[in-house]
Amino acid sequence: MLEQIAFALVFIAGVSLFALRIKAIRRNILLGRDDDRSDNSSARWKTMALVALGQSKMVVRPVAGIMHILIYLGFVIINIEVLEIIIDGVTGHHRIFAGIGGLYDFLIGSFEILALGVLVSCVVFLARRNMLRIKRFHSAEMTKWPKSDANIILIVEILLMFAFLSMNACDALLQGALVQAQAEGAEISEKLSHYAQAGSFPISQFLNPLYEGLSVSGLIMMERFMWWFHIVGILGFLVYVPYSKHFHIFLAFPNTYYSNLNPKGGFNNMEAVTKEVQLMMDPSADPYAAPDPNAAPPAKFGAKDANDLTWKQLMDSYSCTECGRCTSQCPANQTGKLLSPRKIMMDTRDRIEEIGKNMDKNKGTFQDDGKTLLGDYISEEELWACTSCNACVEACPVNIDPLGIIVDLRRYLIMEESKSPESITAMFNNIENNGAPWAFPASDRGKWTEEMNEA
Amino acid sequence: MSQAIHVPTMAEMLAKGETPEVLFWVGCSGSFDDRAKKITKAIAKILTHAGVKFAVLGAEESCTGDPAKRAGNEFLYQMQAMQNIMVLNGYEIKNIVTGCPHCFNIMKNEYPELGGNYEVQHHTQFINQLIKDGRLQVKDGEIFKGKRITFHDPCYLGRGNDVYEAPRSVLQQLDAELVEMRRCKKQGLCCGAGGAQMFKEAEPGNKEVNIERTEEALEVKPNVIATGCPFCNTMMTDGVKNFEKEGSVEVKDIAELIAEAADLL
Ligand code: SF4
Ligand code: SF4
Ligand code: SF4
Ligand code: SF4
Repeated sequence: MLEQIAFALVFIAGVSLFALRIKAIRRNILLGRDDDRSDNSSARWKTMALVALGQSKMVVRPVAGIMHILIYLGFVIINIEVLEIIIDGVTGHHRIFAGIGGLYDFLIGSFEILALGVLVSCVVFLARRNMLRIKRFHSAEMTKWPKSDANIILIVEILLMFAFLSMNACDALLQGALVQAQAEGAEISEKLSHYAQAGSFPISQFLNPLYEGLSVSGLIMMERFMWWFHIVGILGFLVYVPYSKHFHIFLAFPNTYYSNLNPKGGFNNMEAVTKEVQLMMDPSADPYAAPDPNAAPPAKFGAKDANDLTWKQLMDSYSCTECGRCTSQCPANQTGKLLSPRKIMMDTRDRIEEIGKNMDKNKGTFQDDGKTLLGDYISEEELWACTSCNACVEACPVNIDPLGIIVDLRRYLIMEESKSPESITAMFNNIENNGAPWAFPASDRGKWTEEMNEA
Repeated sequence: MSQAIHVPTMAEMLAKGETPEVLFWVGCSGSFDDRAKKITKAIAKILTHAGVKFAVLGAEESCTGDPAKRAGNEFLYQMQAMQNIMVLNGYEIKNIVTGCPHCFNIMKNEYPELGGNYEVQHHTQFINQLIKDGRLQVKDGEIFKGKRITFHDPCYLGRGNDVYEAPRSVLQQLDAELVEMRRCKKQGLCCGAGGAQMFKEAEPGNKEVNIERTEEALEVKPNVIATGCPFCNTMMTDGVKNFEKEGSVEVKDIAELIAEAADLL
């Protein structure tokens, strides 16, 4: 009974902490501006199925992609086992699903094989991350925390899988002890009677030698310890994940569902600008007309801080796995420029987190802290290095769009602060005066037609 | 070509009460840049040769606003766009072929929201269609026999609009060997000119993007680097010069290659 109460308390604590954190992230994402992505749900489901569930963009790099799929499958399927553990924990049963017979053996057997797959993949990923000098895991924005975040999760997964297999090994040994006791007609303790024959153990049997030396009570203690370690580990993981880049295991789904379905080359139209331009170009408009007193105050053009971005851009930032595939494809980054699309996403998330924490401290309203995304996190030099080539968007396995953020920040620089490199200003002036980015007279535009018949 | 070619403007066509099958949107680079003008002329020759009734806007054309928009100047972009849309709608234009993927992208994807709805094609798509419809024959004058051609995907055509096959299918008309660079199609590397980079110095780094891209192109030992964008063309041409390879490697637009093969130049 005591064990059941303890379990229930731990479980409730874990789930509540998780729920609180989700609530905070949701609030932060909704600080963003509106962006209607409610259209075309069938195409959206399809994108999600392909990109998030099917991981179509992961396998562009096949080795890492396939191992990632193993970990992912392992994670999803082993959750069935977790469900059993939770029910057992609350009700005091042992292996409550065992009643389903042969299927149960099959399930436990496949969990074990998956667990081994996960274990191996995690060891390989850990080695790859720390021993091979893969450039994208060691660039400037991969500071201490992003690096240890990746390592923590891999080590915890390895420990969890080890605990899971050890738990099964002890269980199998106890099942053997029970059968033997029954055959010998020996007295059977209540605790031992729990370990009725159930499950098949294709992998964990190889761990048996580790635990064979233990007495029955020692085995029971070990089995219980591993059981607790495993489930507390999983609850800990649940609480940890939304603070980490691993939150993508949840957000990958909504984030791909709401991805941009239009051709990547097209940028969004700014309605607010359209209205003003129409007024300017309309000869019948009265330039001295009093502004409509009921009109909402004009929002700023472009984005200066994280909450000037749209909710989708903020969701992007929470979905980022920091894998660096975007940065490794970025022409600017590859040629040594400061710009890194991954850093754009990490900065955006760090800043909106900071804004959220500020609000928590100040009873829900943001108190100016003298900082902004543009300037304090992302510099003009980074912004101006972008060629708008969309390589980052193409590379991202969860359809994140760093380019959209870059453009919105540029828009603020140009339209609110009139700040641009000199030659860009000259280009603007040329377009305005000559209708071309260079200083050629507009009347010369058709000149080439006269040269058509020259050799 | 013996016959003199006359490229009519929309104003001329309208005066004669005629409507073109397609409007050829030349773009700024194609109108003013000496190198790009050769591409423009090649396109015009191909259209004429294939018997396409087309017109240009001439002095009534103005920058689409692409460099302004990519640099963040939405005001300037929309002013340019609305002005162009007014002209295009005034002539009741339905079909447009562009000589530049930036113009193609912006007119296809961004003009509709401002009231400009057209069927827009990039010149490689249009040429591909002409060939498929049997309106354009590229007789293999064998000038490309044994040559290696590699195509640099313009990002605004490729990733931006998922057009990868049309330019390649046009190139297959030539008697040459088409070789792909390490990074091509979806993974193609930008030449470094987009996002208004063309009009400014690059930020500090350890290399120019066009050098990186040219290096990659030269790795496959091409005789010709084929392009589909006047800006890419400039960048790759500069890159080839940087490696002092202009004697052995040509940088040419697909339109030029086709015009050459069809003996139109
Ligand atoms: S769009 Fe900009 S940030 Fe993204 S890969 Fe291209 S240059 Fe880099
Ligand atoms: S934006 Fe996408 S590709 Fe880039 S680091 Fe984040 S998850 Fe990886
Ligand atoms: S997009 Fe480029 S080629 Fe097209 S009109 Fe503008 S500057 Fe000229
Ligand atoms: S100029 Fe660069 S950005 Fe433009 S299409 Fe060519 S490769 Fe892409």
